[in-house]
Amino acid sequence: MKILKNAVAGTLESSDLFIQIEPDDKELILEIDSVVANQYMDSIRAAVLDTLKEFEVSTGKVFIKDKGALDCVIRARMETALKRGGVEQP
Amino acid sequence: MSKLLGSLKEAIEKTGLKDGMTISFHHHMRNGDYVLNMVLAQAAEMGIKNLTVNASSIFDIHEPIIGHIESGVVTGLECNYMGGKVGKAISRGILEKPVIFRSHGGRAGDMENGSSKIDIAFIAAPCADNMGNCSGKYGPSACGSLGYAFSDAMHADKVVVLTDNLVPYPLKDTSIAEGYIDYVVEVEQIGDPTKIVSGTTKITRDPVGLRIAGLAAQVVKNSGYLKDGFSFQTGAGGASLAVAKYVEEMMEKDHIKGSFCMGGITGYLVDMANKGYFETILDVQCFDLKAIESIRENPKHQEISAMRYASPAAKSAAVDSLDVVILGATQVDTDFNVNVHTDSNGYIMGGSGGHCDTAAGAKLAIVVAPLIRARLPLIVDQVLCKSTPGSTVDVIVTQRGIAVNPAQKELREKLEKAGLPVKDIKELKKIAEEIAGVPKAVERGDRVVAKVLYRDGTLLDTIKNTI
Repeated sequence: MKILKNAVAGTLESSDLFIQIEPDDKELILEIDSVVANQYMDSIRAAVLDTLKEFEVSTGKVFIKDKGALDCVIRARMETALKRGGVEQP
Repeated sequence: MSKLLGSLKEAIEKTGLKDGMTISFHHHMRNGDYVLNMVLAQAAEMGIKNLTVNASSIFDIHEPIIGHIESGVVTGLECNYMGGKVGKAISRGILEKPVIFRSHGGRAGDMENGSSKIDIAFIAAPCADNMGNCSGKYGPSACGSLGYAFSDAMHADKVVVLTDNLVPYPLKDTSIAEGYIDYVVEVEQIGDPTKIVSGTTKITRDPVGLRIAGLAAQVVKNSGYLKDGFSFQTGAGGASLAVAKYVEEMMEKDHIKGSFCMGGITGYLVDMANKGYFETILDVQCFDLKAIESIRENPKHQEISAMRYASPAAKSAAVDSLDVVILGATQVDTDFNVNVHTDSNGYIMGGSGGHCDTAAGAKLAIVVAPLIRARLPLIVDQVLCKSTPGSTVDVIVTQRGIAVNPAQKELREKLEKAGLPVKDIKELKKIAEEIAGVPKAVERGDRVVAKVLYRDGTLLDTIKNTI
């Protein structure tokens, strides 16, 4: 599956995250900025990669500004962003 | 004889300020204070170096102090609270000598017993006469109580009053009297009135905050302290104020008449006193306009000094007679130690203020805080900074449950009997970690950037630099 168009999901409120995605044919670019990077960067990255894998997306650009979202919020926002970007659930 | 001088420069010259001295400031102008920056800029212009600044609190408006540190004008810093802007710079290590943190009571006590020596104190006075009688109650920059400035005035070698509201002698309602004051300087503005206090302080509408406040109020009720003669202190934060609201409802229902409320005073506490729930208000600092109006006009509303509030060097202080205090926390550890100095990444963004004083004095010290804030669990194995010793903290109230200090067996039984959700503190920690995940430990450097002194002057903890 591919990201077909630019899309966003989430907010910059505390305990939420803001996700922007863009199409890219060649590679996967993932940029994460988080207020809890010191404590949770590994698990944020894992949640994002997990959701991409679930939607069978292997290329595209994903930009994230995290304000301390829980794992379930990250997955939900990712799912929304991908669906808005034209990715269908496999 | 007049103490009135023509300029701040003249005052600084007359006091004999020179390299290596300690100068002090109080923080009733809060984030609207112009005086600290004004004095440091003048000292820098006069080429004075190597000063130690002892300010009861440093706010974000004092950011220019970073420049004065870099240029060597300021080489020492002592305070009871430090806002995030200067805190970040300090955490990164711009000051060679560690910052000394005290509590509000500890600062007053250390001045009293001579272990904290002030050469020159600068007092921001919303009104003053030409002999230095001054007060915070009147004028365009009115801040209400001048509580923290009393020790500075009484114990510094030289004392300069700066005012933007010079009145004819004698000022009719004096807080700090002329006997302590050396010089008076009239300046255009001592602060920005819109930032000195908030217009109104409001009760939180956040459902988590209200849930925590509701549980805390139940703890107060079932502790047995909520009866005639009840005394109470709570902060200005939305959740703390909500506790006051629920406590008021209980006092109304059971016709309870309290004795005093204390602390940083808000309009909400003023209303409670006016409705007859408290006999008197002991005010070391006003948080909003209503509190200022009240301290000016209401005979039940007394100004108290930091000494009378919380000094461990005094023969007694009001905190010793306090029944219940509601406190906040950025972190709590499984031994009930509380951190209010740093954020979860180890950056300085606060300080004890009266936290450890009231926790030590009050019969019941309740910490209210959400179990998780922006994914970070409140409860950790070890706090990044021990601001208040766990032995003085009785109860931690979160939205998911209440932890009672194991030393308070009787209290725990009372709360359990009342059907409150009492849990072991380790269980609360586990609940948070199941929701948020276990946080990775924050790495810090090995340089000490701040020393935290307990209220009796002993070293409680150190804060290391961030990396």
